[in-house]
Amino acid sequence: MNLNNGRGSMSTASSSGAWKSGDVVPDQFPAGLRVLVVDDDPTCLMILEKMLRTCLYEVTKCNRAEIALSLLRENKNGYDVVISDVHMPDMDGFKLLEQIGLEMDLPVIMMSADDGKSVVMKGVTHGACDYLIKPVRIEALKNIWQHVVRKKKNEWKDVEQSGSVDEGDRQQKPCEEPDYSSSANEGTWKNSKKRKDEDDDAEDRDDTSTLKKPRVVWSVELHQQFVGAVNQLGIDKAVPKKILELMNVPGLTRENVASHLQKYRLYLRRLSGVSQHQSNLNNSFISSQDASFGAMSSLNGIDLQTLAATGQLPAQSLATLQAAGLGRSTAKSGIPMPLVDQRNLFSFENPKLRFAEGQQHHSSGKPMNLLHGIPTTMEAKQLANLHQSAQSLGPVNMQVNAHGVQNNSLYMIGQPQSRGQILNESSGTHVPRLPSSIGQPMVSNGIPSGVIGRNGISDVGRGTGYNPVPQNSSMLNFPLNNTPELPGNSYTLGSTQGMSSLTPKGSFPDEVNSEIKRSGGFVPSYDIFNELHQHKSNDWNLQNVGLTFDASHHANSIHGSLDSSGLVHQGFSSNQRSAQSRNPSNVGKAMFPMGAASTDHGHAQNSGQHLSNGLIVDNPVRIKSERHSDASQNNFFHDQYGQEDLMSALLKQQGGVGPSENEFDFDGYSLDNIPV
Amino acid sequence: MERNNIRRQVALMRQSLFTQGYLDEQFVQLEELQDDTNPNFVEEIATLYYRDSCRSLQTIEKSLEKTPHDFNKLDNHMHQFKGSSSSIGAKKVKAECQQFREYCRAGNGEGCMRTFQLLKKEHATLKKKLEAYFQMARQAGPIETASRPK
Repeated sequence: MNLNNGRGSMSTASSSGAWKSGDVVPDQFPAGLRVLVVDDDPTCLMILEKMLRTCLYEVTKCNRAEIALSLLRENKNGYDVVISDVHMPDMDGFKLLEQIGLEMDLPVIMMSADDGKSVVMKGVTHGACDYLIKPVRIEALKNIWQHVVRKKKNEWKDVEQSGSVDEGDRQQKPCEEPDYSSSANEGTWKNSKKRKDEDDDAEDRDDTSTLKKPRVVWSVELHQQFVGAVNQLGIDKAVPKKILELMNVPGLTRENVASHLQKYRLYLRRLSGVSQHQSNLNNSFISSQDASFGAMSSLNGIDLQTLAATGQLPAQSLATLQAAGLGRSTAKSGIPMPLVDQRNLFSFENPKLRFAEGQQHHSSGKPMNLLHGIPTTMEAKQLANLHQSAQSLGPVNMQVNAHGVQNNSLYMIGQPQSRGQILNESSGTHVPRLPSSIGQPMVSNGIPSGVIGRNGISDVGRGTGYNPVPQNSSMLNFPLNNTPELPGNSYTLGSTQGMSSLTPKGSFPDEVNSEIKRSGGFVPSYDIFNELHQHKSNDWNLQNVGLTFDASHHANSIHGSLDSSGLVHQGFSSNQRSAQSRNPSNVGKAMFPMGAASTDHGHAQNSGQHLSNGLIVDNPVRIKSERHSDASQNNFFHDQYGQEDLMSALLKQQGGVGPSENEFDFDGYSLDNIPV
Repeated sequence: MERNNIRRQVALMRQSLFTQGYLDEQFVQLEELQDDTNPNFVEEIATLYYRDSCRSLQTIEKSLEKTPHDFNKLDNHMHQFKGSSSSIGAKKVKAECQQFREYCRAGNGEGCMRTFQLLKKEHATLKKKLEAYFQMARQAGPIETASRPK
């Protein structure tokens, strides 16, 4: 192959859509071919990368199928060919092959040390372009470009035949020798690319008929409609035809819906089945545009679904929540996908938050506000909150603390349900759904620290719109008292550094505030932590927290809860983080529900646990005013608690706090008044 | 002079690794990938392999201790291990892997355990030899670290 090293870089156009300008490319082709290699064996991966680089290809390597999928989704036109191993621990290579074929339609080459006929045949039937036997030799890699050209050529031909080469600039010129991708690209490739690039909103839909494989862009709105339709029909009864009818979107075909439904179902299944996979669950779904699907929809849909399923969330509410969540999510689109993973854990919490919002819908009886206050991003806190909200979750809630891990896992553990919720949350924007309904063991106790704290919270914060499914209000009542072992739960929430999504303290002010007001207290998480905290004194029961924040049972808890509650808002995460780092032990404490704080003020950090999550610290001012005594649950959510401030405030208090009454600076925290 | 001697030794060492069957053609492929931008590529790969494979071996060993044997799982693990061993050209190790897998498929736990011991031995032997080889090659200087016998 004539690789012009000199200009190789140029043609490589690593930039997506590099092949657009056919003129430049051809000479260098296949140099610059963008290859994505997926293999869990690091040795093989490194060797392959070197070999491909030697062939002058542009290589991206990853060792997990999920990561590969998210990379592909993020940058739909960023790769020309995928090479994947057959045996991988997290996902079967053939499944990955199918997914890629469905979503991106890229040529995929399978490889394995296994050269048995049946395996090779499987590759063929699943649509692999080629099958390489390990150990792979560089000669075998030198020619992989042929698959790219061939595919483009075929697509091109189809496009031509269909007659509508698409409106774009498809330079139709069928240069039949498409120089490699440039021309081929134009046909379908570019068109779809273009379309996609230009409008996210499924404009492609319209072209479905013309293009051979019109790729429907499942935009947020579209997905929202889809999920709404599915919910209306009921996940079990949702058939593509009916969904299509309900959606009533011109240009959308039954096939589009069918394949989307398939993915959606997989997503749901993954959510429910993978409690431990916190991260993976939403990753795949949350890819960029499709992110809407993933992030919002998946979360919303799933959570809602789950919630709905559990009966907690009436179908309508689900739809509403979803819509709300989705709507919000769009706004928040900032949520990075990765958060999701973590978030999932947190979603647990988030749901709570949402729940709070959803409360209105669901009259769960408990002031679901818990969730409200909880900023979607609340990382750790949220989880805590969620836990609380997850009251319904029952045993789970407190579990969170059990692990005392600074990790987020804490959250998860407690809330089996949270999982579901967390998932939701992860989407980041979703309003935290109360996981309660989910019942899925969201956070299995061992949840890795990363999980909860990180993303989960962000979602929560973000959850905009997603009304948390009022999980059965019970959530709020987390029996924090159980004092789940949350020993210093690592409020992962706060700590999640990952909380990217979390809007930095106070990012969610609007949401949080509103939520808080509504729920009055949301922060279930706080309760949880409280429990953990040793401050049992507080009745932290989540009840306080979420429900009414009975004002701070303990000042200590305030720490935690403050954090959480505050965090919930937004600052939650930020606070948490700071808090967390400060006192791992406090983590648990911090949990205590803000509500509790209201009552006790004293708790504020008494135990030094100060969850310093920042929440509390953050708005010392607020807290003070609040003085939890009023159990205004809302107080916790200060949205913008400057974590540091809070922390310091709390800490200060802590010092002096011996008795629950303390001088917790939490004053501001009294749940009751969290100025929202 | 010294250098030449060392170089010659390195070449001999290398040659014997092939003739004695420790390494196969794949190793040459790796050597060919080595260039100025990656002057120690082969050694890096070997290091990576050993780090990863030790862990795999431990996993397999633990699985073997559990009875009754889960041959399916053992086979899967070994398949992975075989893949990475073959990618660096560890010929003897690969052969033992193959043998192990056959015993797995036959459900022969005893055979598996025996083979596993042999496998570990080969794995360790190759490691020593490669370490010595790389060390000497480094001494010899950059120029001749990997002569391709072709």
